[in-house]
Amino acid sequence: MGQDAESLHGRTLCGLRDGLARREFSSVDLTEALLERISGVGAPLNAFITVTAELALQQARAADRLLASGKAGALTGLPIVHKDLFCTRGVLTTCGSRILDNFVSPYDATVVERLAAAGAVMLGKTNMDEFAMGSSNETSYFGPVRNPWNAALSPGGSSGGSAAAVAARLVPAATGTDTGGSIRQPAALTGTTGIKPTYGRVSRYGMVAFASSLDQAGVITRCAEDAALLLGVMAGFDPRDSTSAEAPVPDYLAGLGKPVKGLRIGIVRQHFDAGLDPAVAGPVRDALAVLEAQGATTVEVDLPNLDLSVPTYYVVAPAEASSNLSRFDGVRYGHRADNPKDLLDLYCRTRGEGFGAEVKRRIMTGTYVLSAGYYDAYYLKAQKVRQLISRDFASAFEQVDVIAGPTAPTPAFALGDKTDDPIQMYLNDIYTIGANLAGLPGMSIPCGFAGGLPVGLHLVGAHFGESTLLNCAQQYQALTDWHRAAPEGYA
Amino acid sequence: MSLSKDQVQHIATLARLTLREDEIDDVVAKLSAIVDFVDQLQAAPTDNVDPMAHPLNQGQRLRADRVTETNERDRIQANAPAVQGGLYLVPKVIE
Repeated sequence: MGQDAESLHGRTLCGLRDGLARREFSSVDLTEALLERISGVGAPLNAFITVTAELALQQARAADRLLASGKAGALTGLPIVHKDLFCTRGVLTTCGSRILDNFVSPYDATVVERLAAAGAVMLGKTNMDEFAMGSSNETSYFGPVRNPWNAALSPGGSSGGSAAAVAARLVPAATGTDTGGSIRQPAALTGTTGIKPTYGRVSRYGMVAFASSLDQAGVITRCAEDAALLLGVMAGFDPRDSTSAEAPVPDYLAGLGKPVKGLRIGIVRQHFDAGLDPAVAGPVRDALAVLEAQGATTVEVDLPNLDLSVPTYYVVAPAEASSNLSRFDGVRYGHRADNPKDLLDLYCRTRGEGFGAEVKRRIMTGTYVLSAGYYDAYYLKAQKVRQLISRDFASAFEQVDVIAGPTAPTPAFALGDKTDDPIQMYLNDIYTIGANLAGLPGMSIPCGFAGGLPVGLHLVGAHFGESTLLNCAQQYQALTDWHRAAPEGYA
Repeated sequence: MSLSKDQVQHIATLARLTLREDEIDDVVAKLSAIVDFVDQLQAAPTDNVDPMAHPLNQGQRLRADRVTETNERDRIQANAPAVQGGLYLVPKVIE
């Protein structure tokens, strides 16, 4: 494949779709070229926990038959990888944890099922922070992922493997999940495009649960158009998810290409406070100027309880996690401690050995805030503050169509830099967590560089406002080239 | 430290987690830092504010009480550490 292989990995998902339709190459050609990149130039990144080469080639051959017979679906023959938090039938599903390091899922997540039904070819499962608890990918039992822009740096987390794989052009698109920023922050730190839809927009069925009132699936891609293509396939009501939204899914691709003239963009003053690296503030302000030059207007909006979003999250999310993760007991699946002396010893040692340090901290934080005597002071209080934060957003969206600002306070940081200080690590998600608490859609798109590292522009929309975000992102990307920049050695 | 070593051991027991002797001090320090950090919520005025349990403030959808799953015990139990005759094995619970 030589020449062709080089050109294939540089294309976007929509570009590949058009190439397949024109029979410029086959899905098998494409799959082989990308598998070679994953095991070759991509290997040092540690972006994958499992590569499903054989399964991928089977799916690609089936896709080629469909393409030849003119029965192709929306994604027939297009490669994708899944964060290892999505259950994949017959394939290892670890969630980045020792406690699931031997778990072969007996069923497919709805997201996996829908993408496969549309014809997507799965190349593998990506590395992630253990149970999606982390912002640097360093809590993975399978070792940290490296940032393709600089191997000494973190790609962010928790969907760090997905982000690194897309940034390094190992794959054009990857699924991710976002509980507090886990799609958007790694997208920002790797120069990729990431969207977390409205809570309930995409089914949670088959996602290993972390914090069920915050978890939401989305995608990491190279451009907004590709995100629109995938989201259209993934989104929609699923009776198997008890909080799935029963709202119609608009045609996201058809919603692109609209001028941003008249779009009202809210700017939150606190987003540009002392906590923001000035090297990040510059590109973000420039990006806003690009949109203003197209006729968008910026309005200052106030989110008075914004400062409380991180502490609120670190009560609500651990509380839900402590409950969700009680299912890992060494009885039905996963790791089990050797020679337990009784049932309690089996539970305690299985979990003590199977979970990493950060996951144990979150389980214990959650257990503490839910325990007798502390429930009202912490958990109930946090749920009330969550309501206040949500109301702040609701009033802001009476005045504006989107809220824009930085995705993360700094560009990518060094591996090992924040591992000893959980609070510093948590503050990475200071701009993204609010959208999860309020259930709003959020998106990060590349908008420049700070010291040679990508910077993300964060866009938050009103409930079910994905089309507005995708269109705004696509309009910005039509005028800029930041999303086309490739890390050295991965072009 | 806002949490004592004994308190942390008690939380670990409630959470069904064995902590290694060499990790306890670190857990006490970091858990205390997290509790101190989230304590800033106490200052927020929340009188007459309803707690938010669902991010869109929606209730729970109910489904019809119908059997929708087929019996896939063997496939599901293939992941279990120890099964016998279709049953999960655990250490003896009743003497």
